[in-house]
Amino acid sequence: MDFPEPIRLLAFLLGMMAFVAVNAAYLVWAERKGAGRFQRRPGPTEVGWAGLLQPVADGIKLISKQVIVPPGADPILFRVAPLLVMAPAMMTLAVIPFSETLVGRDINVGLVFVFAFGAINVMAIMMGGWASRNKYAIISAARVVSQDVAYEIPMLLVVITLLMVTGTMNLNEIVQQQAGWFWHWNLFRLDVNPLMPVTFIIFFICMLAETNRAPFDMAEAESELVAGAFTEYAGMGFGVFFMAEYANIVVGCSLATVLFLGGWQSPFGVGSGVIWFLLKMYALVFTVIWVRWTFPRTQFYSLLNLSWKILIPISMVTLVLTCILLKLT
Amino acid sequence: MHDQLFWFFSIAMLLSGLLVILSRNPVNSAMFLVVAMCFMAGLFVLLEAHFLAIIQILVYAGAVMVLFLFVIMFLDLKAERRRRFRILTFGGGIIVAAAFMVKVHDVVEDMPLVAAKGVAGTTEAVGRLLFTRYLLPFEVASLLLLVAVVGVVLLSKRDLK
Amino acid sequence: MIPVVLPHYLVVSAALFSLGLAGVIIRRNALVIFMSLELMLNAANLALAAFSRYNGSLHGHVLVFFIITVAAAEVAVGLAIIVALFRRRKSVNVDELTSMRL
Repeated sequence: MDFPEPIRLLAFLLGMMAFVAVNAAYLVWAERKGAGRFQRRPGPTEVGWAGLLQPVADGIKLISKQVIVPPGADPILFRVAPLLVMAPAMMTLAVIPFSETLVGRDINVGLVFVFAFGAINVMAIMMGGWASRNKYAIISAARVVSQDVAYEIPMLLVVITLLMVTGTMNLNEIVQQQAGWFWHWNLFRLDVNPLMPVTFIIFFICMLAETNRAPFDMAEAESELVAGAFTEYAGMGFGVFFMAEYANIVVGCSLATVLFLGGWQSPFGVGSGVIWFLLKMYALVFTVIWVRWTFPRTQFYSLLNLSWKILIPISMVTLVLTCILLKLT
Repeated sequence: MHDQLFWFFSIAMLLSGLLVILSRNPVNSAMFLVVAMCFMAGLFVLLEAHFLAIIQILVYAGAVMVLFLFVIMFLDLKAERRRRFRILTFGGGIIVAAAFMVKVHDVVEDMPLVAAKGVAGTTEAVGRLLFTRYLLPFEVASLLLLVAVVGVVLLSKRDLK
Repeated sequence: MIPVVLPHYLVVSAALFSLGLAGVIIRRNALVIFMSLELMLNAANLALAAFSRYNGSLHGHVLVFFIITVAAAEVAVGLAIIVALFRRRKSVNVDELTSMRL
């Protein structure tokens, strides 16, 4: 790149914002369309061809609504919470390598960076729930914390397993190591860990739980908690939370792609590029939507039990197994 | 650039630190503490301690402050808001803090002004040190965490025997 | 303006430490006292990282790593104690937590 660094960063930042906004808008459309198809109905069709302008209509509706701060709510935290959910998602995208050169900041602690800013998300939803002064919102805040803390542990254990294989926390280097045919992807590195596909599934489950997606959407369990932490938010306040949910899905799927599915590497060893990254990422995003409309919502205690009694022991086992196998080879 | 960022980060950090101890509502204190931690991470980046900066955000913003906020939310702390600061404790606190600052100033005053030496705190460099020279403290730290986990589980049982 | 060197970092660190110290003395809410302790620990971290940078060694970084670990453990245990106390006394005001009896 022959642009001066500040200009390049600014351009990347703007591009990132546009990427997140377009994704959030059209993933909502994809979700509604997908939900419709899964349930054998057409989904949105009215606005534009196949309902493609529906996100625009929704956006205009949300923006034109008044943001109401309920009496008794903490006015500052109530307004800051949606931004605190959105900003970390954008920041983490800055270290994700979309292709070999298309990466905002190629830093050597990229992997931990993603988790560090991902963790702020939990706090933000909790703040939103607490600041609303609504009992459903507070129950939801409590659930978000216990759920996200519980699922962060197996996720980090899985990531540590992977780190031992890659030996670097630079996301671009992790992708470069997976060059070649698709059996070089970390997902299929059975020589260092015969349970690698299992770790990927654990990662994916934890990612679903961390982004509060169904079947783990205890934070926004609309059949029991109205809308959980977002109950009191009107207009764009809710809109930002909604967009942030999709932004976080994009971040989670990007990370899964980079760590397990070879990032921007093509599966045939030639012709790597951003297109492969997007293909893999959107395949995962589609799976996320697919899971949501296929599985019913879990109970809260079985959700926590799944993490503490099944996922954590399994990820511990894979961790130890990888240690041993790496020492032997 | 380094110098301007230093002034920005440190002034912002000290301001949010001040607001931590002056806010009546503990939730606001906690939020300002998070802000202070983030600016501290900025200072770490200026000191080429990238690993520490990330760990700072991961541990403080992600874990410690979530715990704090969780506890504050579940203890009913409304009565605390109406309290006023007492002159005696307020004055005492300021005097002690000021005395400490004066002592530190005495120490710093005749310190040689050396330029920074280029050592970057990358994960690899810090990790190498951790697993060789500081291996025993590292293991002791892990034991400490285990003890903390057991202690917390015991303490949070409903009837404390 | 003079360039930023080690003493600047140390003064900022000391100022943060004094803020924490003042907080511990001024505030009567156990949770806020605890947060002030965190401020003081962080001030120490800043000083250590600055020493590391200006002495050309990484030993300070390792120490900061340990301090962060200990701080995390301390927060977990400390908050558990505060919650246990609150259950019994319905207060986190240290002025009211003076008796040794449970």
